[in-house]
Amino acid sequence: MALLDVNNLEAFYGPIQALHGISFSLEQGGITTILGANGAGKTTTLRAICGMVKTGGDVKFDGESIAGKKTESIVRYGVAHVPEGRGTFVRVSTEDNLRLGAYSRRDAAGIAEDMERVYGYFPRLKERREQQAGTLSGGEQQMLAVGRALMLRPRLMLLDEPSFGLAPLIVRELFEILRVINKEEGVSMLLVEQNATLALNLADNAYLLETGRVVISGTSDEISADETIRQSYLGY
Amino acid sequence: MEELIQQVLGGIATGAIYACIALSVVMIYQAIDHFNFAQGEMAMFSAFITWQMIDWGANYWVAFFICIAVSFIGGVAIERIVFAPLHNAPVFTHIVVFIALFQIFNAGAGFIWEFTIKEFPSPFPERLPFDTTLIGPHELGMTVVTLIMLGLIFLFFRFTPIGLAMRAAAAAPDSARLVGISVGWMLALGWGLAAAIGAVGGMMIAPVVYLEPNMMLGILLYGFAGAVVGGLTSPGGAVLGGFLMGVIEPLAGMAIGSELKLTVALVVIVTILIFKPSGLFGRVVVQRV
Ligand SMILES: Nc1ncnc2c1ncn2[C@@H]1O[C@H](COP(=O)(O)OP(=O)(O)OP(=O)(O)O)[C@@H](O)[C@H]1O
Ligand SMILES: [Mg+2]
Repeated sequence: MALLDVNNLEAFYGPIQALHGISFSLEQGGITTILGANGAGKTTTLRAICGMVKTGGDVKFDGESIAGKKTESIVRYGVAHVPEGRGTFVRVSTEDNLRLGAYSRRDAAGIAEDMERVYGYFPRLKERREQQAGTLSGGEQQMLAVGRALMLRPRLMLLDEPSFGLAPLIVRELFEILRVINKEEGVSMLLVEQNATLALNLADNAYLLETGRVVISGTSDEISADETIRQSYLGY
Repeated sequence: MEELIQQVLGGIATGAIYACIALSVVMIYQAIDHFNFAQGEMAMFSAFITWQMIDWGANYWVAFFICIAVSFIGGVAIERIVFAPLHNAPVFTHIVVFIALFQIFNAGAGFIWEFTIKEFPSPFPERLPFDTTLIGPHELGMTVVTLIMLGLIFLFFRFTPIGLAMRAAAAAPDSARLVGISVGWMLALGWGLAAAIGAVGGMMIAPVVYLEPNMMLGILLYGFAGAVVGGLTSPGGAVLGGFLMGVIEPLAGMAIGSELKLTVALVVIVTILIFKPSGLFGRVVVQRV
């Protein structure tokens, strides 16, 4: 059974409909990427899964419908969202940001352990643990956003352009870490990326969105070989 | 010299009450971006509740703590019932609702307890254990009680997970929801705390200004001024701003005469704001995009 099953999902911003019934699923332990031009509805898809916009259609997580539930309740299923713009709590320290990531957990020992693990992945964050998070560099805040999501000990991560604003070297590092998290911790991932090459490289499956509709879907290899995708998104 | 010290110490004592109101106002302001004009009236109503319990024969401190609990629950209820449905409403809707709340508490207190002035007991001994003419026992007592409360509030926000979650919910509600924080309940808790802090201020100042439905008007003004001077983005700044207002007022009175002390105090505020528009301690948030 699929971990995430999205069925005919619609999303509305007031009178504007941003998603026109998209369907896809994500296997337990898999990585799926959503590609698309600016404004295609990638961010909206992630927000809709988390109940952050008004939606229609159905979303099932591990067989249970989470459509219409509150964002804060969906998080408790183990769905961690690394939002567009990073969502840093700017006025509190780096470490308090990580602590907030574990807000819904009660196992103090596990939380402490995960904090060390996050610092292991991102030693930069450890150096800056007492620093006000708003003063971290863009890249450090992106690491913090991923770290904060890991503090939930998630089953599914929704990643909205994690490479945004990062230097190429750091991007490679971050994606290597995502691969490790996926392989070793079995965390499933739904990845939105502008950098299609990078995303297709990491993901097993891919969906292409255009103005709120899925227009192409397939395995990453199929999509990488697709003529349209290559010309419009991979640029060769 | 002695008069100066007396005036300053007395100013710190009333400043403590302004600080309570300033802090309550700023806590709500940070969460919903609006001034709660009714904060003073809520505090006044709380003081009446305590008076009623004492009048029925309750011990002062028992009544004091019951009043804090009742005020807290009342604050939570006001947020849940009145403000939760309004959270996206325009500014004017909020203003009208605040005015309505103000009127409800003011007239409600007058209706239940009448507009006549009542004596409110001081819980502190009539004589200090040491000899001093610098400060009266009630002034000293109310300063100490308020400082203890402000200290507890500081520790709560700084060191407890709920305090951290409340700060996160006020500053970045979307991110807060994404880590599983119920932002609505955090707002409600904030209202509860603000009401409880105001209640302590109201009970402490009531023996000084006497108990009546309009007793908080002047104090609310000074509390607001303290909040603005200290900086609306900084709860600690608002508290210091409250104390500052308390001290400036009597000093202005000494220097110029009591007719103009309010004027002078306001001129000082405006001057500070001209040079520091975000208030003395208002932070310009450091944020990269
Ligand atoms: N808050 C909003 N109010 C109204 N319309 C919105 C809002 N947010 C997004 N939209 C609209 O919804 C559509 C999809 O936006 P979305 O942010 O999901 O795009 P995206 O694929 O993430 O784009 P990008 O690559 O630029 O991040 C766009 O047409 C956008 O204008
Ligand atoms: Mg987007």
